[in-house]
Amino acid sequence: MSKQINVALIGNPNTGKTSVFNALTGLNQKVGNYPGITVEKKEGICKLPRGVKAHIIDLPGTYSLNASSLDENVVIELLLNKTDKDYPDVAIVVSDVENLKRNLLLFTQIKDLEIPTILVINMSDRMAYKGISLDIGYLEQELNTKIALISTRKNEGIQALKELITHYKELPTEPCLDASSIDEAYFNNLRKAFPNQLLYKLWLVITQDVNFGKTDRQTFEAVEDFKTKSNADLKRLQQKETIKRYQFINKTLKKGQTIDLNSAKDLRIKLDRILTHKVWGYLIFGIILLLIFQAIYDWSSVPMDFIDSSFAALSEWTKNTLPEGAFTNLLAEGIISGLGGIVIFIPQIAFLFLFISILEESGYMSRVVFLMDRIMRRFGLSGKSVVPLISGTACAIPAIMATRNIESWKERLITILVTPFTTCSARLPVYLIIIALVIPEGRFLGILSYQALTLMLLYLIGFGAAVGSAWILNKVLKIKTKSFFVVEMPNYKLPLFKNVALTVLEKTKAFVFGAGKIILAISIVLWFLASYGPGDKFNNAETIVTERYASENLSDDELEQKIASHKLEHSFIGIAGHAIEPAIRPLGYDWKIGIAIVSSFAAREVFVGTLATIYSVGNDEEETIKNRMAGEVNPILGGPLFNFASGISLLLFYAFAMQCMSTLAIVKKETNSWKWPIYQLVIMSGFAYIVALVAYQLLI
Amino acid sequence: MTLAELKRGQQGIIIDVSSIHIPLKLLEMGCLPGNSVELVQVAPFADPMYLNINGTHLAIRKETAIHILIETAHE
Repeated sequence: MSKQINVALIGNPNTGKTSVFNALTGLNQKVGNYPGITVEKKEGICKLPRGVKAHIIDLPGTYSLNASSLDENVVIELLLNKTDKDYPDVAIVVSDVENLKRNLLLFTQIKDLEIPTILVINMSDRMAYKGISLDIGYLEQELNTKIALISTRKNEGIQALKELITHYKELPTEPCLDASSIDEAYFNNLRKAFPNQLLYKLWLVITQDVNFGKTDRQTFEAVEDFKTKSNADLKRLQQKETIKRYQFINKTLKKGQTIDLNSAKDLRIKLDRILTHKVWGYLIFGIILLLIFQAIYDWSSVPMDFIDSSFAALSEWTKNTLPEGAFTNLLAEGIISGLGGIVIFIPQIAFLFLFISILEESGYMSRVVFLMDRIMRRFGLSGKSVVPLISGTACAIPAIMATRNIESWKERLITILVTPFTTCSARLPVYLIIIALVIPEGRFLGILSYQALTLMLLYLIGFGAAVGSAWILNKVLKIKTKSFFVVEMPNYKLPLFKNVALTVLEKTKAFVFGAGKIILAISIVLWFLASYGPGDKFNNAETIVTERYASENLSDDELEQKIASHKLEHSFIGIAGHAIEPAIRPLGYDWKIGIAIVSSFAAREVFVGTLATIYSVGNDEEETIKNRMAGEVNPILGGPLFNFASGISLLLFYAFAMQCMSTLAIVKKETNSWKWPIYQLVIMSGFAYIVALVAYQLLI
Repeated sequence: MTLAELKRGQQGIIIDVSSIHIPLKLLEMGCLPGNSVELVQVAPFADPMYLNINGTHLAIRKETAIHILIETAHE
């Protein structure tokens, strides 16, 4: 027998729903203490006793079937659409033993849909600690269901749950309360108009703006009785419905649950006293931030250097091993370097998500949201914008994806728009080489090095630009949203290693395969533009350069580098660099920097590699690149090209300009329109140009 | 009095919730007439407010709290 049972996992956020999913399927999935973290559809296969298999979907966490976000719509759409291939044979409602009262609200709604339902009460290991005891028999009877008391932390009760799934056909399907009594006349009319429809389903169709079975909706709306109440009336009815359900739940739990407050211990109060304190709270958050930055920029440099040299070696090896030709060049210089450009970010992304997932798992992140909300709101942001802004210091892509749980669209949009200003790790190599060139090595007051100070200043500028532009956007954007802010403050928990590890793995994979594809594609295009060119100057580069330097007795290597440099100058991208030179000359740049800026659209750190090629030095000889850059002469003014003025101008340009295609792509995806990424591109880059121009003209 | 006037550590009972101004989500988390509420902690400027409503711990902004009517035991 190979029939698969469709199982849907449903539950409030922070109930450990995803841990249950992990326990059943062993598949990758993120668990967090931060409300609303499960966004994507997660599926897995679970082997049940006697060779039966279950197909399990982990639905986004929701507090009820009244959807207020796209994530929550997913839940309702599936549960109302019997023809969906994933329509569950059995629903598992996951609840947390400490929050049973609130969790049962969703349970009673699911029961009204008359789907066979199992109630999972998770975190049973906390019962003794919290002085909770349950009368399971009584609860099963009152709630009209089967209950599985489990602990994913201790791996208890999973087998019993699997048994219940196997015997899902024996589960009762009757609702446990009659919600229609809140307005009998109204619901009787509905019942008469649609005798074949489930009453609660009708009610959901009426009150929700959900897209389920479009034809369904049309047939409903064709009938006059469908909408006989105003929206305000409907909202009042929904409130009545909620009260009704809570009355039932309170009554049931009064008998079925006893809490001995004397034996209950609460670590929460003690921890919160410090972690949400007006002074200590911010201090601790500051220390944690420093630790994160230390990890991203210091600890990850070891694996990053290793990755960098490995890919350079691989590229070299490919060139030497495979027969010469366009394909080998594409592989060695386009694809392998492109891949290297993606893989190099893995250590930073992994460290970042290691910290973020530990902070979320432990429940601390909600406290940060609480602490920061008032400050962030002054700039049109939300307390929930803190996570994206921190993540932005590694990479804007995961940061923008992390804005999804901000309820207010305006606050979310502003967060998305300003996050790319934060100093992402791709800017770092550019900053480092230019700082080394133009900032003197001395120390301020003999302690702080000027170079380190400049770097710190650039971070502050990035953050300041983000916050400042948020403030302006808040004034300018005329978006009317009913902004409300609710953040659950979950209990503190020790993070589960398995959950943290899976999160890091999943996020890193999402970056590599999401952003990575774009970076790779652009790298290949740029490689093509740099490797081909029109006309004789490009095609006969070998002859031209060999003749020109015939008298100079250059070594083979030197000659090859001269040829490469000549080719690049006359390649498509070189022509583009020349074309934009008039526009960037007032900023203190020449066409070579122009090429580097154009290629930075793949990823900013390409800047250094491109300059290396232009100055015809090997890619990994950083000192050599620096020396060559230092020796460059400004063609018009004379003197070094990279002086203090042009260096500062370049630093500021890279601080503000929108130069990342992958970020634009993700903004398009998250805002569902080209309008916002185009605004970002034009405004950020325009601002960068002006600032760089002013800086150069003032300093020169 | 409204929930926004509650002092830290003080407890009260919710008596009315303005359904126009309060998102349903908050009601579903237990913010309903008859339920108990305690102010656990406030951020600087008394906003947002960290509450324990009927056993559920959550934070809301002051602008939301002014639409929730409560009474304290000593009134």
